[in-house]
Amino acid sequence: MSTLTRNIARSQETRTRRRPVRPGKIILHLALAACAALMALPFLWMMFSSFKPLDEIFRQPPTFLPEAWTTGGYETAFAGADFVRGFWNSTYIAVTVTVVSLLTSTMAAYAFARIDFRGSKHLFMVFLATMMIPAQLTIIPLYIIMGWLGWIDTPLSLIMPASLFSAFGVFLMRQYIKGIPRELEEAAELDGASRFRVFTTMILPLLRTPLTALGIFTFLGQWNNFFGPLIFLNSDANFTLPLLVNQFKGQYGADWTSLMSATTLVAAPLLIIFAVAQRQIVDGIALSGSKS
Amino acid sequence: MSLDTQIRASADAVPVQPRRKVSRRHRKDAIAALVFLSPQLVGLIVFMIGPLVFALYLAFSHWDGFGAATFAGLSNFTELFENPRIQRSAINTVWFTVLQVPGVMITAFLFALFMQKAGKMTNVYRLGFVAPVVTSSVAVATIWLYLFNPEISPINSALRSVGIPAPNWLQDPAFIIPSFAVVAIWQGLGYQLVMFMAGLQSIGASYLEAAELDGCSAWQKLWHVTVPLISPTILFLSITSIIGSFQVFDYIYVFMDSSAPDEARTIVYEIVQMAFREFNFGAASALAFLLFLVLLGVTGLQMAAQKRWVHYAE
Repeated sequence: MSTLTRNIARSQETRTRRRPVRPGKIILHLALAACAALMALPFLWMMFSSFKPLDEIFRQPPTFLPEAWTTGGYETAFAGADFVRGFWNSTYIAVTVTVVSLLTSTMAAYAFARIDFRGSKHLFMVFLATMMIPAQLTIIPLYIIMGWLGWIDTPLSLIMPASLFSAFGVFLMRQYIKGIPRELEEAAELDGASRFRVFTTMILPLLRTPLTALGIFTFLGQWNNFFGPLIFLNSDANFTLPLLVNQFKGQYGADWTSLMSATTLVAAPLLIIFAVAQRQIVDGIALSGSKS
Repeated sequence: MSLDTQIRASADAVPVQPRRKVSRRHRKDAIAALVFLSPQLVGLIVFMIGPLVFALYLAFSHWDGFGAATFAGLSNFTELFENPRIQRSAINTVWFTVLQVPGVMITAFLFALFMQKAGKMTNVYRLGFVAPVVTSSVAVATIWLYLFNPEISPINSALRSVGIPAPNWLQDPAFIIPSFAVVAIWQGLGYQLVMFMAGLQSIGASYLEAAELDGCSAWQKLWHVTVPLISPTILFLSITSIIGSFQVFDYIYVFMDSSAPDEARTIVYEIVQMAFREFNFGAASALAFLLFLVLLGVTGLQMAAQKRWVHYAE
């Protein structure tokens, strides 16, 4: 038998040998589907419980789907806390920080990647080193500094630090700018284009993918932030959604229907966004580690 | 001066000119760099370096936020070391890390291996795993507050129905920290799963095919080919997840508010309580500083040990 026919024979053999593996594949898919469903179960439990009357929540054995649907929990939630306001506060802070910090960190990244200035390497090392510092170490002085600036209990206390400093953002964008071939910019610079022009018309458009990823990451971090708002904000009108839910839990802790309604209100927006933009979000998560 | 001498003069100046041009260019570059860097530089100084120096100062001071701070020497630190509650919190934090970090990493790695074989359905399964990642920790903790409540918990009723005694998760001292770890693993699994899948995807099929041709068993392929090739991902995740789990706070605060029992308190919980309940800024800063040193040490150890086991592709 020639090697060719032997190879063909062998490949046919493996193909026929592969076929009995099929049941394994089915088991794999069943197991993964079951585990994924198990992971999603707490969310389903939250959602269905938010529509159950309180006595049904305490029933043993528990029901999965509500037997008597009620929207009373949502009425209590909206009456007990200003979730619309909280939604606006969270969105305002998260969107502002995302937009401004993408711009400032990409600008700084451009300087580190493309401009030759004295101390560039050392300064970049300083940026990298700050990534090691836990937020709890700087939160106390920040609280005092915010007091001096008069920013306690204002969105500025959350917007300014996150917008003006992002070591991770600078690091990530620098890696990407370094990966862009330099020839185009050099030609533009010879033609007399200013650095600002090169940055806005040539660099920024090429960074769409990493900017989207970093933007998603920044937005998620801000929207879900609990630690910062807990320290800096004190009046209900300024509360972000996580703070509102935590406060609502303190007041309606035993009213599980309403508490699960409030939690659903907070979790739903991001879960919906995630379901729609799964690919971008997952790519964004993967990207955050790939350049390290 | 005639045009002729002017030209000659400028011609004489030629050897000098490039240097002047270079220095002018340098200065222009420096200005451009400053302009591009300025927002982040302001942030670095005002919101990072400044607070860091301030925190160091506070760690060696007595201050309640009002009046003048007084020099405290090392008394903040000795106070911490002598406080049995802080010792307990440190043990709790380490116990949480020991349960959570290996728990989430091993689970995520195994799921990533299986997910790889699931083809197009991966995108569907992944929804379930990554959904907790994008959800706020407060919402996550509130859901688990329900799932951990022995009166209404579906987990407990499921356990009882198969004859296993159901624990009182957040009340029984032995179960509090493991309960936190369960929540953290549930929420952290999706992130690591995505990272491991990205890592596995970058492994060339040729390595595994070569191993297969050499007659390697599935276990040998996993242990001698796959694990070494994704070791950079393992290192990255182990460094970041240890740092993250040492800083666990949100769940505890949502579960217990400001009245957590000693068995539930962690280091960051102590820092927040000391600083913003007791206004003991000095001791709180000292504790935060110690936390930083420990994280630095643990990360340093991992970086030093990486040479022995992390394999970087050329």
